[in-house]
Amino acid sequence: MATDILVKEHKWKTDLGQLSDPNSFNDKIDISGLSTKCLIEALHSMVRIRLAEQEIANLTTTGLVKCPIHLAIGQEAIPVGIAANLRKTDHAFGNHRSHGHYLAMGGDPRKLFAEIMGKFTGCSHGFGGSMHIYAKEVGFYGSVPIVAGTISLAVGASIAAKFDNNGDVAVAFFGDGACEEGVFHECLNISASMGLPMIFVVENNLFSSHLDVYFRQPSDRMARFAESAKIEHCTIDGNNVVEVITKSGALIEKMRLNSTPILIEAITYRWLGHAGPRDDIDVGVRRSHDEVLAWRKRDPIARALNALIDEEKYTLAEFNNYSEKIYREFKNMCADVTNDPFPPENTLMDFVYAK
Amino acid sequence: MQNSNRINYGQAIREGYAYLLANYKEVFVLGQGVWSPWYAGNSMLNLEKEFGKERVIDTPVSEAATTGAAIGASLCGYRAIVLHPRIDFMVLAMDAIVNQAAKWSHMFGGQSHPAVTFRAVVNRGGEQGAQHSQALHSWFAHIPGLRVVMPSTVADARDLLIAATLSDDPVLYIDDRWLYNDTDEIPPPDAVDIRSIQPRILREGNDVTVVACSYSTKLALEASIILGKEGISVEVIDLRVINPINHQVAINSVKKTGRLVAIDGGWSNCGLAAEVIAGVSEATPSYYWKKTPMRITLPGAPAPTSSALEKIYYIDSERLAEKIHTLFWTQ
Repeated sequence: MATDILVKEHKWKTDLGQLSDPNSFNDKIDISGLSTKCLIEALHSMVRIRLAEQEIANLTTTGLVKCPIHLAIGQEAIPVGIAANLRKTDHAFGNHRSHGHYLAMGGDPRKLFAEIMGKFTGCSHGFGGSMHIYAKEVGFYGSVPIVAGTISLAVGASIAAKFDNNGDVAVAFFGDGACEEGVFHECLNISASMGLPMIFVVENNLFSSHLDVYFRQPSDRMARFAESAKIEHCTIDGNNVVEVITKSGALIEKMRLNSTPILIEAITYRWLGHAGPRDDIDVGVRRSHDEVLAWRKRDPIARALNALIDEEKYTLAEFNNYSEKIYREFKNMCADVTNDPFPPENTLMDFVYAK
Repeated sequence: MQNSNRINYGQAIREGYAYLLANYKEVFVLGQGVWSPWYAGNSMLNLEKEFGKERVIDTPVSEAATTGAAIGASLCGYRAIVLHPRIDFMVLAMDAIVNQAAKWSHMFGGQSHPAVTFRAVVNRGGEQGAQHSQALHSWFAHIPGLRVVMPSTVADARDLLIAATLSDDPVLYIDDRWLYNDTDEIPPPDAVDIRSIQPRILREGNDVTVVACSYSTKLALEASIILGKEGISVEVIDLRVINPINHQVAINSVKKTGRLVAIDGGWSNCGLAAEVIAGVSEATPSYYWKKTPMRITLPGAPAPTSSALEKIYYIDSERLAEKIHTLFWTQ
């Protein structure tokens, strides 16, 4: 068995090249081309997502959170970079790992914490937990854990956007695992053939729940699927928030005008395991301690922060102050949420059908 | 042609679409074969010419994507009706229907409802065989959050489609090609709230209650005429909506007749006929019962192709009448 794995790994050649090598692209990023305000907003948004997820991890460890959680620590630049180009009237859909999408789009963190703690005050009234979150007021139409489950829903939202004819678009956030589901390919084809304003965002973190892409596909480059549907696409460093903002921004600006689908593949890595607050070093084949450490050095937050400090647009003290402020804010929020009510028993049957 | 609005079941479905597309700008239609009489018979004839190909959309061969897309559009202010010309092929869209649409309201705490209609056609016989002949409604009626309607009459073919489409919940509307040539004179269409639709007594009787839906209702009505000539008075109840199911009309009827036959075009195990008998039995004390209830369903085999076997596989009204008759001479 071990020999088989070695042989396969040996024969396998990456199509992503340096993009999937954690020892590359780990220096500070190029921040030219974006305003300081925009850069600091993006940095702050990434910090909020990371601190929120760290708090959720703590709450899981202490037992206040009981539902399954899927953390995206290390992947924050992608939702932040895409959300920077979205409007509140766009329609975005997430997946099992969507805290970042929700927060980046402006979802209320208190309602997220409350939801994950199963409270009636949560963004889904305590009926969703971490895996089913919702913030329509900011254009986040919902996340669900069936792999690839919302891609077709987003395609439908893009039909609605096309009918509405005011330049809105639909977005589906999903991973490399979802690219192995048949419905993804149906959706590429249908959105291209119908000319729909649909954004496929592939957050390629190189792993499905536990299994390395090396053992699942003949290539590690997901954008190749867009080519079969003649969909314009790009493959970018998903841990470079400036690249995500600018490259997705250019494509999104164009598609709003001519109603065409696009696919954005952003390469990233999750620092923690598939589910829960642990590292899961021993779960994924090739997910070694060394590799996780190397990826932690390709940190989207540190790379943006270092660039801002280097160019004297921001100071470490400012960063620490902001982080400390948000950390305390979230701590207080969560303490407060623990006093919130759970869904009353009589609500069990209330939401099965529309009123 | 007479002046009256005498139309057949297929034309009634088309009237439902036309009413919806003319009166509700948020309604649109998509699915495989909607521009072709091949797939949907006369039930969608020339809709795209009348209402435009932007709102009546023939799609790629992608059941999962089109069904999910219908749901997604219906979360964004539209009311989509997605066609599955044979329910067998709709199995490819199970995730969208069962995991997504049916759960959406509940898992987001009642804040969001996909106002989508899945239209599936049952199309049997003619040696089409195992994968072109199924009646899978019982699967879907099992799922909380998904309304399931099955018209048996010409008026319902139109009116249940309208009610399904105007419902804020996801609704599965199932019609049967074996009913397409039935004709009736029906009043002008109107918007009916799906939640107000009850089972309907299509024929009153005192000796036995027969509960059915869709094409089985037609068989039950035909059998009731045969049995009437033999002195047996049959009450025929058409369920119309099978999820959420309303057993009360059947319960009241059995309290009068003391005998119950549940007929279904699906299979027996965990099927609709079992549900009818369970639901009525639970609420009807034993002293009302004159006979043990009976279910009449398909044999537990996939649909055969050979017409010789099709004749055995699908019951007709004569054999149905004989089976019901056994209730009156067996112990």
